[in-house]
Amino acid sequence: MRIRLSLVDLLITLVTLAVAATWVFPLYWTVVTTLKPEYEVVAPGIRLVPETPTLASYIYVFVHTIIGQWYVNSLVTASAVTFLVVTLSAGCAYAISQLKFPGRRLLYGVIVASFMVPAPALIVPHFVLMNDFGLINTWGGIILPQLVLILPIVVMVYKQFFDSIPREFREAAVVDGANEFDIFIKIFVPMTWGVTAALAIYTFIATWNNFLWPFLVATSDTTMTVPVGIVQVHDAFGVQYARNLAGAVLAALPVAAAYLIFQRRVTEAIMLSAGIKG
Amino acid sequence: MADRRSETLPIVVFVAPFVIAFSVLFIYPMLNMIELSFTDAPLIGAGQWVGWRNYLRLIEDGLFKDSVVHTGYFVLLTVVPNTLLGLAFAMMVVRLKGWLQSIVLACFFLPYILPSSVVTLLWGWLLDFQFGIAQYLIAWFVGSRVSVFRDANWAMPMVAFVTIWWTNGFNVLLFIAGLRNIPPDLYDAASVDGAGRWRQFRDITWPLIWPVTVLVLTFQLIIQLKIFDQVYLLTQGGPFNSTYVVVQYIYKQAFTLNHGGYGATVSLFLVVMIAALSVLQLQILRTREAR
Repeated sequence: MRIRLSLVDLLITLVTLAVAATWVFPLYWTVVTTLKPEYEVVAPGIRLVPETPTLASYIYVFVHTIIGQWYVNSLVTASAVTFLVVTLSAGCAYAISQLKFPGRRLLYGVIVASFMVPAPALIVPHFVLMNDFGLINTWGGIILPQLVLILPIVVMVYKQFFDSIPREFREAAVVDGANEFDIFIKIFVPMTWGVTAALAIYTFIATWNNFLWPFLVATSDTTMTVPVGIVQVHDAFGVQYARNLAGAVLAALPVAAAYLIFQRRVTEAIMLSAGIKG
Repeated sequence: MADRRSETLPIVVFVAPFVIAFSVLFIYPMLNMIELSFTDAPLIGAGQWVGWRNYLRLIEDGLFKDSVVHTGYFVLLTVVPNTLLGLAFAMMVVRLKGWLQSIVLACFFLPYILPSSVVTLLWGWLLDFQFGIAQYLIAWFVGSRVSVFRDANWAMPMVAFVTIWWTNGFNVLLFIAGLRNIPPDLYDAASVDGAGRWRQFRDITWPLIWPVTVLVLTFQLIIQLKIFDQVYLLTQGGPFNSTYVVVQYIYKQAFTLNHGGYGATVSLFLVVMIAALSVLQLQILRTREAR
């Protein structure tokens, strides 16, 4: 009986491994394709390992596109969004959670409600607004509208954590003569450091990946972000599979690396944003 | 006086930056969008007040109605399969241990953190009519290669399939969290009573994971209604508009045809639809917290 059970267990594990391998295979196949010379890419049959591995596709992408500029654009805009979202949200959540002021409940109500408005529904007024500001085709134009997509949820998560910090910490600090800024910087920020890290990585990845808004507002190829740029190349290269895919791999690399390095933080942030405490 | 200042200053410093950003980038655009929806404004520039004309036009607009139907079809194709598959994968992951669990979880989760344009390039290659490796599989099933994104019957299901591959990791994570909350002694007790795997799933796992299932379903519903990237990058709404979706229609009206006012009207339709579903979702989250 025991032996039969463990056999079934083994079988399930093997099926799991097969399914997982199948699920991730498209990624493997893409990376392998980019390492093949173009003639090998279109050769009949399935070759799981490149016969003559080459970085020619990557070199081509670096030489024939301005992917370096796109990286800078993505890095700057995603970092700016991350920084602004975290600082604005933490401050606001602190006030809502710890300070008493008129309109506090209303403010929080509006923030929760705004969570229901989908980002793609705001593309028209956002474009009009960015045009009024003269920010079409600039970093500022890419950054600003992306803030509102993610601000509400980050405020909600921070508020939840600030609420759970025992009042004794605060009262002790007040006795010691600390003002609100001291309490925030010396108690609340350090105590929620892990949450901040998780939310920051999450915001960075989400912003880096965003397609629709940067695609609309970056109208010239010098202001494009990487995920938008690689699709433009797609048209310019014609049918050059390895080159297209090399661009795709380069666009995915930073976020894939961020995930693999900060795996636990990323999963934590996703749980938090879904309303499940990790 | 000094006391008052020490009360007011921190509040202003903490709240004002957020409130300003939020008002300028969210409240104002929302109001502006409502106003635009009553005008015939181009994307950039002023327009004439036209009353309810855009809204009446919405009711008679064939391509708009088609885009709503296609979005519904896409939601139908993705929401339930994606949820059930997420549960299945999560159950596979939680019974593993240590590094094996980490690797298997990473396999299921990695696609979710990729940009949409990477996902579409990747599947465009795998499903390429001439050289795509997935065509071997398709040929084996239906007898010949299929240009999937140029075939009206295949296009939307394939977009749905790519979307499931891309977004499933999110569901897996939520289900793993849910499965870990089920007390293990329930399974031990069931084993002692001689309950097999299927009965354990039916009588313990499924009922206890149900709240998470409902949460995932509503999340999926909201996320998938917003579909744009995959359709735009894989099919451009074709063939014969068979994959035209609501957000793409907003894009077309506002950015291609320069009908800012009408584009705003379609946007408001999407806002109302998703807000209604979000209220439902918040309600579900509340009942979860209350328990």
